[in-house]
Order: sequence, then structure tokens, then C-alpha cells
Amino acid sequence: MIQRAIDGRVTSAATAVKVRVSHLDVYYGSNHAVRDASLDIEENQVTALIGPSGCGKSTFIRAINRLHDLTPSARVSGKVELDDVDIYSRGVDPIVMRRRVGMVFQRPNPFPMSIYDNVAYGPRVNGERDASRIAGLVEDSLRHAALWDEVKDRLSESGVALSGGQQQRLCIARVLSLRPEVILMDEPASALDPIATVKIEELIAELRERYTVVIVTHSMAQAGRVSDRTAFFLNGSIVEAGPTNQIFTRPKDRRTEDYITGRFG
Amino acid sequence: MIAGSRLAASRRVSGIAGVVLTGFCSALAAGLLIVILGYVVVQGWSAINPAFVTQLPHPVGVSGGGVANGIVGTLIIVALATLMAVPVGVLTGLYLAIYGRGLPAECVRFLAEVLSGVPSIAIGLFAYTILVQPFRHFSGLSAAFAFAVLMLPLMIRTSEEAIRGVPTAIREGALALGLPDYGGVIHVVLPAARPLIVTGLLLAIARVTGETAPLLFTAFGSQFWEVNPGNPMAALAMQIFTYAISPYDDWHRQAWGGALLLILAVLVLNIGARWALRGRTKRS
Repeated sequence: MIQRAIDGRVTSAATAVKVRVSHLDVYYGSNHAVRDASLDIEENQVTALIGPSGCGKSTFIRAINRLHDLTPSARVSGKVELDDVDIYSRGVDPIVMRRRVGMVFQRPNPFPMSIYDNVAYGPRVNGERDASRIAGLVEDSLRHAALWDEVKDRLSESGVALSGGQQQRLCIARVLSLRPEVILMDEPASALDPIATVKIEELIAELRERYTVVIVTHSMAQAGRVSDRTAFFLNGSIVEAGPTNQIFTRPKDRRTEDYITGRFG
Repeated sequence: MIAGSRLAASRRVSGIAGVVLTGFCSALAAGLLIVILGYVVVQGWSAINPAFVTQLPHPVGVSGGGVANGIVGTLIIVALATLMAVPVGVLTGLYLAIYGRGLPAECVRFLAEVLSGVPSIAIGLFAYTILVQPFRHFSGLSAAFAFAVLMLPLMIRTSEEAIRGVPTAIREGALALGLPDYGGVIHVVLPAARPLIVTGLLLAIARVTGETAPLLFTAFGSQFWEVNPGNPMAALAMQIFTYAISPYDDWHRQAWGGALLLILAVLVLNIGARWALRGRTKRS
């Protein structure tokens, strides 16, 4: 079990590193998908990962949650430290770790059960038995995911029957129900229409207050709107990372500039 | 698109001929089915009355009586077969869909396919050899075992397809919530696959309910109330067989009545299978 760091880092909360990725390599069989990637992800900030398709950003984000454990052909090396503990080290239970690092996927993936149960599911399987506490968590999470007003009168209906944008917010509520510390989002709005996208983006801006958010996006405009910091991926490597406005206005690397200005990608 | 050209005309003719031919064959197939169903209904309808479904068979020569013990026997045998086939079938399907790869999985899949082609009488013979001979008497249980073997390949295939059809994203979603992998599979993937699995089960039940051959040397049949599957049991399909080849008009009538009951049961199962899938076409 990972212990939350309780050292004096809180004093410099704005720049505290929540997740430190060092020299991460991920292989799928012989395909070297992420190459020697290092990135500091800061607490209570939104970090956007941008880059052309197939550049390894989704692979990178999935490594922060050890989701590659499920893929037999995937191999991971390097360090991913959550509050200074390497999540790949022995003695770390990936199941316990994943409760602290939630994930929202590209396509909304509500479970085939009621709206209420979708959100109550996480707390239940993690040992919460008190019905009123669960009800409180469900309402809280749905409110925080900006979905409560739309679904409060039909909590027993199937989560699959919601619209795509509502499904995605339901999935976010499901993640919030576990009160994670880090929320990973893998192109959370790419399957949604523009109006649903705006809602998700507004939500991300609010999530920043309580959570550390990492978002993969193929849309630079979206990265510009929602993120505090941006990392630019190309061919599996991180070319450049820094404050979003700096990356967008004064990129240090030529390749970043070419991508930002739309010369490729 | 030159009107009146010979090529266009011949194409139009062959197009029309194709529609007519396929339409004719479809009508023939549907018509045949309707004739069979209609004939069974006409013949069987007069046999069906409260006594037919609530009474035991009367002795030879005594008119009246019913097939209540056969109905109950069939229900018990099919229920036991379901209890045996569902866990093995669904778990095998789960293995093939999620964990199985390489040679072992291919072997299981191949064997299941072969099994689905084995004649039911051969399976009945097998059940006879391992569950009747050693105990020296026929039993409903041995019939249930034969039925379970018949249902198994269907259950395996539909379960595998149903579970495979559940998006990986759903499994990963459960994993990302801090669930052990088997937890996600049990609580999330299986429920998502359930409608399709239930459909497969109902069709498998419909498939075996009318099976007669394996019953001949397993359940054997009985003229009495028999609810203990350790003993020889009556079954509707076998009663139809016995009555139909008897020389008595009253029994012939009852054979048609039994056939009508079986067809109704299969019809209900098929409707149930469709009902289990309701609304699914709207999704995805």
C-alpha cells in the first residue's frame, strides 16, 4: 500500500510534483511505443499531452495507471512515482494504487447497470457498506460531474441509455466516487459533440481544484483551453514540456513549433 | 442506360426471374412450416384438455388419460441439464473469450465444434454407458446428462461470442476503479454479456426439449408419477414416440396433442430468446 507523502511539500503546493515519470519505456511486442519519456506532473494542475496520432500519448497515460498489466504483449520499464513511491515497484498493489489514480476513457464506458449503481459501484467494491454513505457519495459525485440535475429523477434507469456526453460525465462521476488523487483522461471528448465537449471542458477546469488531472487530447485548441501545462509527444518521445502558454507562444523546439502552427499532425 | 437495348432488357428479365425464384423458394419454405404447424394444431388440438395435461397415462385400452408425468419429466430433465450445462458452458466461453490463447484455446474450440456435430443418439449411448450400465437401471439423471452434453457446444459458442462482444473498455473501466481483474469480469463483463448468454441458453433448451433419441436408453420412460431423477422417468418427446407407433387411435390422438405441446414450448422459448435481446439492436 502506498503511503501518501506527508513531508513539507505542501508549502509549495502550486508546484508540488504529484506524479514523476522517469525514463519510461513501453513496448508492445517489438513496437517501441514510448521512448525514454520523463515528465513531472504537478499537483492540482491540468497537464495536457498533445501530439499526432500514434505518438504514444495514450500509451504513456495508461502506464500511469498500470493498465498495461492486462496486455500480455506490453512491457514497461522506467519509473512512475506517485507521491515518491514507484507504482511499478514490488510491494505496490496495482489494485490499491488504481483507487488513487482514476481513469476516464476515450469512448464512454458506462457499466451495463443503473445510473446509481454505476457510481455506487466503486465505493461498494472497495468495501463501503453503509447505504446512506453510498447515497451521499453518489449524489456528490454526480453533482461534481455536473450530471446530477439531468439524472436525479431517473437514477434507476440504465446508464447505457444516456446520451454520449451524459455517459462520459457518468464515467467521470464514477471515477470521482472513489475520491482519487489523480484523474487520467484519454481523449475524453473525442467521441462527443461540440456542446457535450464544452461541458466536459468546463468540468475539467473545476476538477483542477481538488484533483491532479492529466488529459490526452488530439485537439490543440482543447489543450489551450483546459490545461495549465502541456507536454508535446512525437514518435514516442516527449519533445518538450512546460506551461501551456509558453509551449503555445514560445516553443523552444522547432518540431513543437511546427506542430503548434499546424505544419504537420 | 440506353432504353430498349437488348442487354438492358435481358438484365431486367434475369433480375425479375431472380426475385421470382427467391420469392418462390421463400414462400415454399414458409409454406411448408405453416402446413406442418397447421397440421399439428389441427390434429393435436382435440387431444388437449385439462385432463391431458394433469392426468397420468391410462392403461392400454382405457381411453382418456394424459401426459402430465411426461411434461413434468421433461421439465425436470431439462432443468437438470441446464444446471449442468450452464456453469461449464459459460465458464468455458469465458476462458475462450478472455484468457485462452494459443493451442489450448484452439483445441477447446475445435472439440466444442466437433461435439456439436455428434449425433444425439451417440451421445445418448455414451450417457447409457457411463450412467445407466454401472447403476443397472435407467434414470432421468442420465438423460439430463445426455441433454447437457448436447447443450454444451451451443452454450460455449454463444457465451464466448457474447463475452467477446463486451468492449474491452468496460473491463478496463472496472480495472481502473481498483477492481481485481476477476472482479471486473464477474461483476461487469458477465452482466453485460448476460442477455446474449440467456438467448443462447433458451435456444439450447429449445434444441434439446424435442430430442428423443438419447432418451430411449437413458430416461427410458415411465407410466407413473416419477419426480426422482434417480429412477426411470417419463418425457414428453418419448411419449409421443411410444404413442405414435402404437396401434390405438386414442394414443395416436394423444401423440399429436403431445407434439402440439412440444411445439408450443419451443415457440415460447424462441419468443423468450427474442425478448431477452429486446432493445439491443438500438445500442452501439
